Amino acid sequence: MNPALQGLLTIVIGVGGCVAYFYFSNIILDKVLFPPRGPNAGRNINRANMIRPWLFLLPALLALGLYLAYPVFETLRLSLTQRVRGGGYEFVGLANYQQMLREPKFWEGFSNNLLWLIVVPAASTAFGLLAAQLTDRIKWGAIAKSLIFMPMAISFVGAAVIFKLIYDTRPSGQEQIGVLNAVWLGFDGGVGSFIWLRLVPGLLLLALAAGAGVLAWSLIKPVIGREGRSPGVIFGALRILGAVLMAGVVFVMLRQTLAVFTTEFPYGQPQTWLTIPFWNNFFLMIVLIWIQTGFAMVLLSAALRGIPEETVEAAIVDGANPFQIFFKIKMPQIVGTIVVVWTTITIIVLKVFDIVFAMTNGQWETQVLANYMYDKLFRANDWGVGSAGAMVIMLMVTPILIWNVYNARKEMR
Amino acid sequence: MDNIAGKKSALSWAVNIAVLALVALWVFPTLGLLISSFRTGDQIASSGWWKSMLPTEQNLTLRTAGGDEAELIDGLYTVSGNLFAHEGVEQLEISAYGTSSRDVGAYAPGETVDMGDGEIIAVEANGDYVYSSEEEMSGRGQRVFVTAEVAPEFTLQNYDNMLFDPNNIEGMSKAFFNTLTVSIPATIIPILVAAFAAYALAWMDFPGRALLIAAIVGLLVVPLQLALIPLLKLHNEIGIGKGYLGVWLAHTGFGLPLAIYILRNYMVGLPRDIIENAKVDGATDFQIFTKIILPLSFPALASFAIFQFLWTWNDLLVAIVFLIDSSGETTVMTKQIIELLGTRGGNWEILATAAFVSIAVPLVVFFAMQKYLVRGLLAGSVK
Repeated sequence: MNPALQGLLTIVIGVGGCVAYFYFSNIILDKVLFPPRGPNAGRNINRANMIRPWLFLLPALLALGLYLAYPVFETLRLSLTQRVRGGGYEFVGLANYQQMLREPKFWEGFSNNLLWLIVVPAASTAFGLLAAQLTDRIKWGAIAKSLIFMPMAISFVGAAVIFKLIYDTRPSGQEQIGVLNAVWLGFDGGVGSFIWLRLVPGLLLLALAAGAGVLAWSLIKPVIGREGRSPGVIFGALRILGAVLMAGVVFVMLRQTLAVFTTEFPYGQPQTWLTIPFWNNFFLMIVLIWIQTGFAMVLLSAALRGIPEETVEAAIVDGANPFQIFFKIKMPQIVGTIVVVWTTITIIVLKVFDIVFAMTNGQWETQVLANYMYDKLFRANDWGVGSAGAMVIMLMVTPILIWNVYNARKEMR
Repeated sequence: MDNIAGKKSALSWAVNIAVLALVALWVFPTLGLLISSFRTGDQIASSGWWKSMLPTEQNLTLRTAGGDEAELIDGLYTVSGNLFAHEGVEQLEISAYGTSSRDVGAYAPGETVDMGDGEIIAVEANGDYVYSSEEEMSGRGQRVFVTAEVAPEFTLQNYDNMLFDPNNIEGMSKAFFNTLTVSIPATIIPILVAAFAAYALAWMDFPGRALLIAAIVGLLVVPLQLALIPLLKLHNEIGIGKGYLGVWLAHTGFGLPLAIYILRNYMVGLPRDIIENAKVDGATDFQIFTKIILPLSFPALASFAIFQFLWTWNDLLVAIVFLIDSSGETTVMTKQIIELLGTRGGNWEILATAAFVSIAVPLVVFFAMQKYLVRGLLAGSVK
């Protein structure tokens, strides 16, 4: 059958089926099972109203259970099994996890993912905040916003092509058609080169290291703090784990800062950007930052507009300068939204697959967990280790999951 | 400071420039690909796209007429004519010319050059030349390298090849329709399922409601990577295998948590009076839902529809796992682009056009319905 026709038929069957299901199940409930007539009319109405919500929910619950809840447990089970020759599975305990932990590619993916986790949400939120704050002040702000927001509509694959053109390399002597190489060849090792290639990136790295350090400290502080209320054992352990990871990040950043100032740059040589270890990760991250900044900007701009004018006016009257207004008056009022933006982008980062898959496919030390997992599942056909990789991603998402559920429940009360 | 009415910030020009720079930075990458998709392969390879708006200097290799056309003038074998007319190419303004490939821009137009061995050549700016030699010339003419300004030129040829050439196996037309076939049912079906569930969660009272809402918030962040293998196994066991049905079901399942979340948040905010009045008047829940809630929830339905459409249109992972089999008949655009990146990595006219064909539809949807997208974002992020 022609797929388009099949699609049309599916829409008709799907939509018609849904409508028919809801309509007839309600009729059966009201007319056949518990008719609101006769001696038991009152009791029947109550019973029908007890069952009706579940009629409304049933299709959604079935789909959610089958397509999201069941796979979580099935993946957990698969990660503890191994395929046997000739069909079937056998239970192997944690062997898949042990094998995975021995693979350098896994650790490469894991540490790269951590780097992504820090850089992408931080940069997207920072740019988003900047864009929101600036565009709210000018006349053509709406147009500017919609142009910055636009990459949101572009697929990761499309964005990968867009940035591959930017990173394109031609042999030395030919005209460069990639913007980055064209700019790079403009550097000659003079003062400008020192500022843009050593000072600015070095300071950025130091800032990132400082950010990670602050995060590590804020994670560890309640655990070692003497201010009475200490967190529970689980949260304490999570905090210590987070703090250790952040400390590792600080170390990596400091080492790279040193490298920025000491490395000899090959001026005048066109570079193949995506093959430079460590730095190529950043070239991939730029793609996601480019896409996600619009999202951060939209949410933060709405939050900034929601700030009561009186608070800002009071601060002005008290003689606060624009920076004080921004950091001391506005920031504390939008910190909730910043957390939302940050966690949402964090989840997107943990699942990032298309960009790496399309641009480097994990070569040249750019592996990430999602792509590692895909490699295991569909190239090496090793479902056990692949599922173990998926469980690691799930584990990294879990803190955010708990946090979201906790907040949603708090909000409902 | 501009929060106080009547007071204008002194720094407004700086803000304008900063925003301009930011916008330029964000638009620049897409613009590069868009412009490249309207250039020929030679143009893309010979100069950066940012130079495409300006006239470019191009080096051409032309030939004079051959020895058969030579006339004997003053004891010299001489050929003359116009270089461009002779080669049958468009006439250009020559800025420099040369006779050796080692120095193609050695002489200015109008200069008469002694090439040694008694050969003399003169080329004018419009391509007219006189070439003479003491000895009889060979059959082929003398090579002349000219440098000329070429006006910016754009073509639709790439799109024609990509979309309308039935012989082009790398074409995007099939993948385009496949993508459409995937995304439309995958957008419509979850909306209806989610709308009923959202109504129940928003306006019906039953035990376990709070727990269900919390569960849906939790499912919002479950990575779909976990679902790949179990569901592929399931699809194979129940006989769906890889195909459209599988990908529609998968997209429906993955889209539901967000759909229910956005719709429930919106429906909860609808005025309680309307619903209670309808109930007093004897309307059933089903009637309330179809006659009151659904029409009032249109903005939320539209926001989710846009999200789901963009997501299914742009998706790669779900399509390669649940849809695309070894025959490749059901390939979608994202997958096609990945293939092209592998096989045609350097052919930017093909890559750029293919990418833009796939980007165009989401961009149109985005600019046409941005209002709903923003609204959906604000409603859909967990607070």
